[in-house]
Amino acid sequence: MALTGVQIFKLLPKTNCKKCGFPTCLAFAMKLAQGGIDLSACPDVSEEAKKTLGEASAPPIRTFALGAGDSAVKMGGETVLFRHDKKFINPCALAVNLKDSLGDDGLAKMAADVAGSEIDRVGQKLRVDAISIEYASGDSAKYAAAVKLVADKAPHAALILNCRDAAAAGAAAKAVSERKPLMYCATDETAETMAAIAKENGLPLAACADGLEALSALTEKIKGLGVEDIVLDSGAKTAREIIENNTQIRRAALRKSFKPLGYPIINFVLRDDPVLEASVAAVAIAKYASIVVVSSIEKWKNLVLFTLRQNLYTDPQVPMQVEQKVYDINEPTADSPLMITTNFSLTYFIVSGEIENSKVPSRLAVMDCEGLSVLTAWAAGKFTAAKIAAFIKESGIEAQVSNKELIIPGQVAILSGALEDKLEGWKITVGPREANAIPTFLKGR
Amino acid sequence: MSFVVPKESFNGKVLALDFGSGDKVLALGGESSLPFLSFEGQIPNRPVIAYEIQDCPPDDWPETVRNVYKEVSGDPVGWAKYCQDTLKAKAIALRLVSTHPDRGDRSAADASKIIKDVLAAINVPLIILGSNHIEKDATVLVAAAEAASGRNCIIGKAQEGNYKTIVAAALAHNHKLIAMSELDINLAKQLNILITQMGFDKEKLITDPMCSALGYGLEYTYSVMERIRLAGLAQNDATMQPPILGDVGMYVWKIKETVASETDVPDWGTLQERGIAWEAMTATAMVLAGTNLMIMRHPRAIETVGKTIDELTA
Ligand code: B12
Ligand code: SF4
Repeated sequence: MALTGVQIFKLLPKTNCKKCGFPTCLAFAMKLAQGGIDLSACPDVSEEAKKTLGEASAPPIRTFALGAGDSAVKMGGETVLFRHDKKFINPCALAVNLKDSLGDDGLAKMAADVAGSEIDRVGQKLRVDAISIEYASGDSAKYAAAVKLVADKAPHAALILNCRDAAAAGAAAKAVSERKPLMYCATDETAETMAAIAKENGLPLAACADGLEALSALTEKIKGLGVEDIVLDSGAKTAREIIENNTQIRRAALRKSFKPLGYPIINFVLRDDPVLEASVAAVAIAKYASIVVVSSIEKWKNLVLFTLRQNLYTDPQVPMQVEQKVYDINEPTADSPLMITTNFSLTYFIVSGEIENSKVPSRLAVMDCEGLSVLTAWAAGKFTAAKIAAFIKESGIEAQVSNKELIIPGQVAILSGALEDKLEGWKITVGPREANAIPTFLKGR
Repeated sequence: MSFVVPKESFNGKVLALDFGSGDKVLALGGESSLPFLSFEGQIPNRPVIAYEIQDCPPDDWPETVRNVYKEVSGDPVGWAKYCQDTLKAKAIALRLVSTHPDRGDRSAADASKIIKDVLAAINVPLIILGSNHIEKDATVLVAAAEAASGRNCIIGKAQEGNYKTIVAAALAHNHKLIAMSELDINLAKQLNILITQMGFDKEKLITDPMCSALGYGLEYTYSVMERIRLAGLAQNDATMQPPILGDVGMYVWKIKETVASETDVPDWGTLQERGIAWEAMTATAMVLAGTNLMIMRHPRAIETVGKTIDELTA
């Protein structure tokens, strides 16, 4: 929790020397509490005060990356418990767990599946972000080789070294340290050795304990050993443990400024039944996990998990939107049909997808309606005949088409009369109500 | 620094109701905590899932889910019995699709007969749903309430445009009632107020803030439900305390992800699992947001969500 002005004042030199530009230390303290000014403006502040104030002003949940390079996934930094209050910031990473005993072919195949998991949905590229390699063989040379193999075959995936044996983990960490793998995990017994390896290689370290009290003590210990980037595993396995522990962690961090739990969370949701696994993963995704580890990555499962994550991490105030312009689809010529819709991402991607499916060369005019769907925009007065007419005129599209015909969504058939009045010389055609009827409609013209 | 469990205690409580009759009565709601946070409040009843059936063959359901019922779906009575006896449904939701003017325009009297036949064949609680045609539902649901008299059903949905006759009928025949509005917490609140102003007990109401499928506006439903729950619990707003309904199946089993074949969209994986998982995930998100009662279609999706709820309440 942020400190109050009076609390800050107690830490200042109290000399009122004005070097900070404020008449008194108290005035400076008040300003600091409001934010927007930096402590460094006071040249005489003690190291002790810097440390205390620095900690108090740090974000309640520490932010750092899982993995290295362009595909690293940002974790932590969340500020709310409910998405209607404010956008959830850093979408959780999805990871798959592989046993090192799977054999080279098995490992290579799974790693390739991860590397090829990317799907485009509503204009975002979504993928399985990370691979957890589990130390199941009991052979540390084999483990390091498996980790190396997976790292090579999935060059953009973040790595999680799922290995509680310090010697084996240390060797693997060295082998792939430039990929910044997450070390999973330190327990109370192994904290010293694991922290030493993490520190030496500059890696984040997961802390694993049974329950939140033990976990808090463990993160304090690890931090004391010099590791700052910590990931929390409270031992939660069942859906109930996941929702309860994750909620308590998030609340403690945000509402109580409880530093020992102010870190990203990892949940393993491994289940034999892949549909059930997806459902339990949904609990973790919705309830505050930063890394969700599953045991299999069927394509259908990836798609449901990606979609849920995308839905919950959208901005509740600003719908996802695409740019206003006339989009060419399937290489249109002057006499290709021209259609219009709104700039709500979902609407645009559904409609443009169906036009692509039809293979009919076409143009799709996308009008800025602040990211609202066709009917919502119409009901909100943003997709009206007058506004559509103005947009079509200003777009300059008239010069590019040989027949002035505009196809409007079936849902707003009611606009056709008014549009014909406002867009002189244009023919208005009412298209189908649902996008999936567009291919038949276009081909039948 | 030592860890103290950060608990919240609320003044408000979700209202509890029951539906059905005899030894199969089911209770809904009654919790005094946010969903599944039993460390800080009471959660007397787990969310209930009802199997959806129709008064006509489900020609517009995609194959994945239509096939499950192909032997029985020609007849609502056989379909209902199959759900109860073979699939062990705890509740059934009968949708009177064919009363819709565009779907057969069956009369209210026809609907009454079907309801009576179904009720005679089952003993699990029944939910009776109109065809979502504002004017037609106003007469069909009135007849339905009478036909189901004495069985303590849930009927719906009453909407702003037709609630008056439906509320009066539910009141007269002692049923529970679903009040549906469209994805707006203020509209939901307002409709509940209008209905209770007619003398309808708020303890008999269920709020349907409108469902939406994963990938197709789920986040709007999710957040509206969370806000309704918080209003009922934290602000003790009595008009926001009825149990919440998630009418999941009908929103899921029409979108492209549950219909398109793997040949059309190879990146999306097998159609069968994709459809089932889509319904299950949508429902799981709904229970996390506060849903007390769900209407679903595919037995495997229902089973999966049931297992997830088992885990959440274990
Ligand atoms: C989610 C939603 C919202 C969200 C906004 C989401 C968004 N980004 O648009 C929120 C909650 C903010 C909202 C607000 C409002 N909403 Co609203 N909303 C909906 C809801 C549930 C879904 C809309 C949606 O996302 N559809 C999905 C997209 C993809 O559909 P679409 O854009 O229409 O595209 C489809 C077709 O039109 C077609 N298509 C699209 N383009 C084209 C182009 C061509 C050429 C062709 C052929 C076809 C085609 O293909 C698409 C797929 O089939 C609908 C009800 C419903 N279930 O439909 C109500 C609905 C649209 N909303 C409605 C209303 C009234 C409003 C409000 C005015 C009041 C209110 N109820 O809160 C406000 C206005 C907002 C404002 N800023 O003032 C009404 C409109 C009533 C009417 N018939 O006029 C609806 C229908 C609900 C209802 N029955 O009352 N809404
Ligand atoms: S510079 Fe530091 S010591 Fe001087 S008045 Fe400002 S806060 Fe006080």
